[in-house]
Amino acid sequence: MSLHNIAEIAAIALFGVGLTLLMMSRNLVKKVIAFDMTDSAVFLFLAAKGYISGRRAPIIENGVQSMEAYINPIPAGLVLTGIVVSVACSAVMLSLCLRLYRRYHTLDLDEITALARKEED
Amino acid sequence: MQALLILLLVLVLACALAVAFTRDLLTCAVVFMAQSLMLALIWVLLESPDLAITEAAVGAGVDSLLLFAVLKRIGAIGPGKGERHGPREK
Amino acid sequence: MARVRNDFEGRRWQRFRAWLNEGDTSLDSLLMDAVDGRSSAPQPAPSAPESADPGAVNHLPLSAVQARRARAEKFSRGLYRTLAVLICFGLIGVLLATAAALPPFGNPDNPVHNEVSRRYIEQGMAETGAVNVVAGMILDYRAFDTLGESNVLFTAACAVLILLRLGVSDRVRRWERDLDARLYEPQNDAILQTLARFLTPMALLFGFYIVLNGHLSPGGGFSGGAVMGAGLILYLNAFGYEKTARFMNYRVFQTASCAALTFYAAAKSYSFFTGANHLPSFINAGIPGMLFSAGLIPYLNIAVGLVVCCTMYAFYTLFRKGDM
Repeated sequence: MSLHNIAEIAAIALFGVGLTLLMMSRNLVKKVIAFDMTDSAVFLFLAAKGYISGRRAPIIENGVQSMEAYINPIPAGLVLTGIVVSVACSAVMLSLCLRLYRRYHTLDLDEITALARKEED
Repeated sequence: MQALLILLLVLVLACALAVAFTRDLLTCAVVFMAQSLMLALIWVLLESPDLAITEAAVGAGVDSLLLFAVLKRIGAIGPGKGERHGPREK
Repeated sequence: MARVRNDFEGRRWQRFRAWLNEGDTSLDSLLMDAVDGRSSAPQPAPSAPESADPGAVNHLPLSAVQARRARAEKFSRGLYRTLAVLICFGLIGVLLATAAALPPFGNPDNPVHNEVSRRYIEQGMAETGAVNVVAGMILDYRAFDTLGESNVLFTAACAVLILLRLGVSDRVRRWERDLDARLYEPQNDAILQTLARFLTPMALLFGFYIVLNGHLSPGGGFSGGAVMGAGLILYLNAFGYEKTARFMNYRVFQTASCAALTFYAAAKSYSFFTGANHLPSFINAGIPGMLFSAGLIPYLNIAVGLVVCCTMYAFYTLFRKGDM
């Protein structure tokens, strides 16, 4: 594995940490934090695809309009939408956590499962 | 510039591992906020200023604020922390 | 679940509280009460060990069953954790092996830099009038995607409103108001109010500047809207809910979000019918670099900024206060 793709490798490692934390943690708020972490990892991977070394940000200056002067703007546009959608998803998940807490007075997933199973009996 | 990028990526991974191995929820939220800030710096290094402003305002701003508001609501911060209803963590 | 009421001071809550406080990790006492159908007055904690007394004959087979069930649950939990770690590591190993075959980072000959980015950069300013190529792309070439994204934000705000605002009885509201942070915090905090008087107008102004200059410099509707929302949140924290509700309440949120989203949909939703074929805009592109150039882009930026600002404020105040 060469060191040419450090940003992509770091993004994959961050995704791995987030995914493991999502599956292993017992607290619901920690699961939401882990979900947000995997989202950030995907954005890092996408935005690293558009970077070209030695070129500037895609804001046209001095009338230079050739493609060889700027980085690729398309992955940046994708990630821009993604960041805001990620916070919207986190907000909905956290409000679901609040409703669960109001009902069961705990945010431990094992206790909630046990209480819910007991209620259904 | 390459060295700064490598340093920031290592710091982001360190923050992620810190979130994974911490039991206190307030510390997790604060470290997550720091991770968003470092991610905003990475966007600047990757020549995407739009992403940097958006990540700093949204990720390190409102998203972490929502986490703090939820932690306050469930009683994990503030006086009598954790004794009121015992939300256990791990 | 239909027979469970939201009864926080009732017997169920007392029993749960007793079980939680005595640290009894086995599920015996709690499950046995439900199985026996024992109707109970609020039982104090010392009675729980009495109900688990192995001397009572008709409890004995039940507790053996429950002990076996607890052991099975512990074994399955360990198995789940091991399998989860193995699967995650396997997946990450596959992804890392794929990353070794990726084209090098920052190379201008990568296959991702194709004729689409060439068209956006070289003819972006002439066709859209925007100096910021990313803003011109997401609000002109791909405005349909941003319409979908604004819809996602609006839907999330509606979902959080539904979850956290309706269906709350009076007793719960009183109990939760006791838990509310506002009562435990010093009111009229001097430092916070002095800073907020200075910082809130600056934050709102800065956010509006970012929104308006979205097509000329980095920024745009999303970041500017988030900064404006953050300014409003600071004002709410410093001055309280009643003062903020004078100018930012549910009606303002409703009007601003719906008007902005309707304007955006009226401008750009014809793509539902024409597909990817854009209609030529009747507002000409203007001189690039002026504030009111680039056709519809400044107005769409203002619409997106309004939606994001109202949504961020709504999220925070619904989480904090439970009401808008």
